[in-house]
Amino acid sequence: MSRVQNAAISSVRTVLGWVPDRWLPSGSPDPLIARQQEIGRPTSRVDGPLKASGRAPFVTETVLAGQTYATLIHSTITRGRILRLDSTAAEAAPGVLLVMTYRNMPRLGIVPMASLTNLGAAGNSALPIMQDPEVRYNGQVVAAVVAETQEQADHAATLVEIDYAQEPAATRFEDAKAGARTLTSILIERNHVSVGDAERELRSAVHAVDNVYRTPRHNHNAIELHGVVAAWDGDALLVHDSTQAIVPTANALASLFGVAKEKVRVISPYVGGGFGGKMMWDHQVVTVAAARLAGRPVRLRLTREGVYRIIGGRSPAEQRVAIGADADGRFAAMIHTGYSVMPPYGRFPEQYTLGTRAAYRSKSFEIIQRHVDLDIVPNTFMRTPGETIGAFAVESAVDELAHVMDLDPVELRLRNLPDRHPLSGQPFSQHAVHQAWTDGAERFGWSRRQAKPGTVRDGEWLTGLGCGAGSFPYARMPGANVRLTLRRDGSAEVSTAAHEMGMGTATVQAQHAADRLGLPLEQITVTLGDSALVAAPIAGGSSQTVSLVAGLSAAADDLRDELLRLAGPDSPIAGLKAAEVRLADGGLVSVADPARHDGYREILARAGRDEVTVTAAGSPPLEMLKYSMHSSSAIFCELRVSAVTGEVRVDRLLGSFDCGTILNPKTAAGQLRGGMIMGLGSALTEETLFDERTGRIMNPSLADYHIPAHLDVPPIEVMWTGIPDPRTPMGARGIGELGTPGVAAAIANAVFNATGKRVRELPITLDKLL
Amino acid sequence: MNPVQYRRAESVEDAFPGAQWRLLGGGTNLVDLMRKGVEHPAGLLDVTGLSEEIAASDDGGLVIGAAARNSAVAAHPLVRRRYPMLARAILAGASAQIRNMATVGGNLMQRTRCAYFADAAGSRCNKRAPGSGCDAIGGFTRYHAIFGASPECVATHPSDMAVALAALDARVNVAGPGGTRTIPLAEFYRLPGDRPDLETTLGADEIIVSVAMPASPFAGASAYRKVRDRASYAFALVSVAAGVTLRDGVVDDVRIALGGVAARPWRALRAEETLRGTRPTDEAIDAAITAELASAEPLPGNEFKIELVRRTTVAVLSELRGTPA
Repeated sequence: MSRVQNAAISSVRTVLGWVPDRWLPSGSPDPLIARQQEIGRPTSRVDGPLKASGRAPFVTETVLAGQTYATLIHSTITRGRILRLDSTAAEAAPGVLLVMTYRNMPRLGIVPMASLTNLGAAGNSALPIMQDPEVRYNGQVVAAVVAETQEQADHAATLVEIDYAQEPAATRFEDAKAGARTLTSILIERNHVSVGDAERELRSAVHAVDNVYRTPRHNHNAIELHGVVAAWDGDALLVHDSTQAIVPTANALASLFGVAKEKVRVISPYVGGGFGGKMMWDHQVVTVAAARLAGRPVRLRLTREGVYRIIGGRSPAEQRVAIGADADGRFAAMIHTGYSVMPPYGRFPEQYTLGTRAAYRSKSFEIIQRHVDLDIVPNTFMRTPGETIGAFAVESAVDELAHVMDLDPVELRLRNLPDRHPLSGQPFSQHAVHQAWTDGAERFGWSRRQAKPGTVRDGEWLTGLGCGAGSFPYARMPGANVRLTLRRDGSAEVSTAAHEMGMGTATVQAQHAADRLGLPLEQITVTLGDSALVAAPIAGGSSQTVSLVAGLSAAADDLRDELLRLAGPDSPIAGLKAAEVRLADGGLVSVADPARHDGYREILARAGRDEVTVTAAGSPPLEMLKYSMHSSSAIFCELRVSAVTGEVRVDRLLGSFDCGTILNPKTAAGQLRGGMIMGLGSALTEETLFDERTGRIMNPSLADYHIPAHLDVPPIEVMWTGIPDPRTPMGARGIGELGTPGVAAAIANAVFNATGKRVRELPITLDKLL
Repeated sequence: MNPVQYRRAESVEDAFPGAQWRLLGGGTNLVDLMRKGVEHPAGLLDVTGLSEEIAASDDGGLVIGAAARNSAVAAHPLVRRRYPMLARAILAGASAQIRNMATVGGNLMQRTRCAYFADAAGSRCNKRAPGSGCDAIGGFTRYHAIFGASPECVATHPSDMAVALAALDARVNVAGPGGTRTIPLAEFYRLPGDRPDLETTLGADEIIVSVAMPASPFAGASAYRKVRDRASYAFALVSVAAGVTLRDGVVDDVRIALGGVAARPWRALRAEETLRGTRPTDEAIDAAITAELASAEPLPGNEFKIELVRRTTVAVLSELRGTPA
């Protein structure tokens, strides 16, 4: 169970008392699973033409009357304090309105720390923001310059003189391990899991592997830089933000700046990629404070370097994975322990062991995570947190065990698949992992693989095949409100303060609404991205789609009830109860006798109404309490390694997924392929160069931090079982993060198959293969 | 970034604006460095209006105007026919968009991509601020030198094009207030010594007018191979530009230039010398490049380049020896 699920369940337990029962796990599956019309079609994104033509509005294109521009100044030391700060020259520079430092920054509390279900909090760091002269990490914001133009602000920022008193900083992972903390829980999940005596089982196992896997820091690199435009009007605050946490940001800013929640509006119609990096960080707070001090609207767009300096990424980690197996390969011991970084002022434990708990059966388990404290910008969610690096370690180890046993690695996995959760004993809601493996292996042509490494060669190129499994937990958030307006012309509008970050939210929810309401797709409008709309949770944990489906489904039920009331005695459906009708064919229809039908237009016309509006929240996600709910993948890779240079060229990737109903094959394939490309990057190229001597990131640019270029990305095939999950809305589970885990292991395992070299430290750069 | 003056040069004679000015080509490196606070010119003199002509010379060679765009050079029929190695080197560099902007003169004058050099705000660098120290030593050295470095500086020159030009015995035609002169490419770049801030032998008031290449016997048997951390848009960890001619199975002439290993394109003169007059077997090539590498001094973190240079050079030359000259 993941922290996302934990968080959701934790809040479920608290809200059970007052949220009306809907969607109980004992109830019947969503009837719409069997009645898909628009759902399941490869509909193109409704925002596509806007984006392709450059007309979709992004935050930093906003220009408000009287708008000014801000530039941040970042600390160049890691630990210490500001001794002298001279802003005289900057303040005298042309166009400068304000130099904001800890001396004149409004006195503010700590940004409420994000939790996935707290709609009042979105922060990533418990450190004060420009409240004192202390420097806690390299790159911390120490000043902001506001000017009439961006160029003036940029120039003036170079004129601010700062002297620091440096203090010793904790920057070395290896040194900090000695002081590692062992949290009792990773959120509410027990950290330490011990079933049987895994060390003893490992020692007595017929076959065993026991190795350490290292993964580096990663930084967020959404193509759209973080940006904010903030404007005060009295005590009313308007914020244009690029965020995946619209409502929590609005609420957190309200509490931070001491104004009523209704006075804060956050607008974020389009986000150019979030991936976990676009929650609340210092830049929103600084911009809002600067707008207040300057008395003018302020725009701030982080530089690419600025994103590296003040937006956390993925923690580095060192994981031990040991697996012991009997003569048939059945696991007797599964040991997964390790270290990652989480400073005390951070909140994200990089839950790399959580996937391990549900992946395989084993006679014994020993699982624990330890956290080291360094003076760094706090790490945060980064697409498929935990699972991405956890799957690299575990799925490499499984491959190593298969090699030791001279057993096909797919077969070894199949022999150890659980039929219920290996630790909790809970049933899976739906779990066709076996089919994902066998379908994928067949499509990929896995049988061509030569088991003996280093035996297939084409000129200087050694060819290899590899595979790896990935998984991601299902999560559905409570608090997903949807407002549904049905108009007399037969059109409907769906609105909610949810997020369109490029994954197709508006498109898929329009498809869903069309089917849920029995209307043509063209009659549906979906409006997102504004805190003035009804509240929705963050877009995180791959939970937004199903959360909104549940919200819209609840709203549709309310709409049905309201229409029944409005239909009146002359209606063909007069006398029927809610349970006896459903929404279909542009109206209400009797379940028992489909000939009894009353159209929306007719009902509204008779009632003299132009429109009907209902608002409802999704039911509490009780399904998560009763079932173990996971999506799974089987990833296959074919690649070449140059025997001369060690360069790796991936020729093919295939992802075979078991993830419930696919709502839109086009957007789903895009999500899964994109996730797989991030996995490819984590395997071969991505690495934050964190200079442990100083605590400074040395490659804060897309030229120097290598995400895969087009030439690095091979043809990627995706396929799915398509089996609906009977316990979820529409049978769907989130897929935003599922593509990534398993890819790095599949690549590392293919490298081993090609060369006989086992690389246990990412990224697999050529020097490791020379 | 500071306010700067800007004007366009109308002629070479117009292009000597004074010490605080910088000549602007495509700006793909200089403007970045200005934004990062590494470069602080008082003004930018745009020289992209000067010669971008690519023309055959009477001796069978080629003269490329300094303002020629990288993409134009790589696509030019004469370049592709006479100096395919040069076309390949250029196309191995940067991205299509950058090559469309970048000029030949600007490419030669680009600065090192050492991360510590680029980090004006947070790192020490003797090249950027003479005498301040070098944070690259002991830091990330993957892109740093194994040849010709000094305790003051271990940076490499990042150009792919210049490596091919070095192998092709190109000459750099320059002009200054006192007239014109020609600098062999091999003498164009300085090694860092105790003055890593001095990168070329170009005078402070001189401008590159063109690059001239002599007729090359290597057109049919030359190669540029770049080894890097991703398939495109990455600087070379190591690159090899090489050409070879054989007579009766024996090396008649050979050129080997290495990129990514020194503050200048590194002509492997010792390896060339060792190979001339020998049968270019794998063993002979290996022995030759191993002799060259005897003077290499890797840093902690880039020791792998020794093996990478050796293997890549052997692979390139063993392939070329099978190609008719």
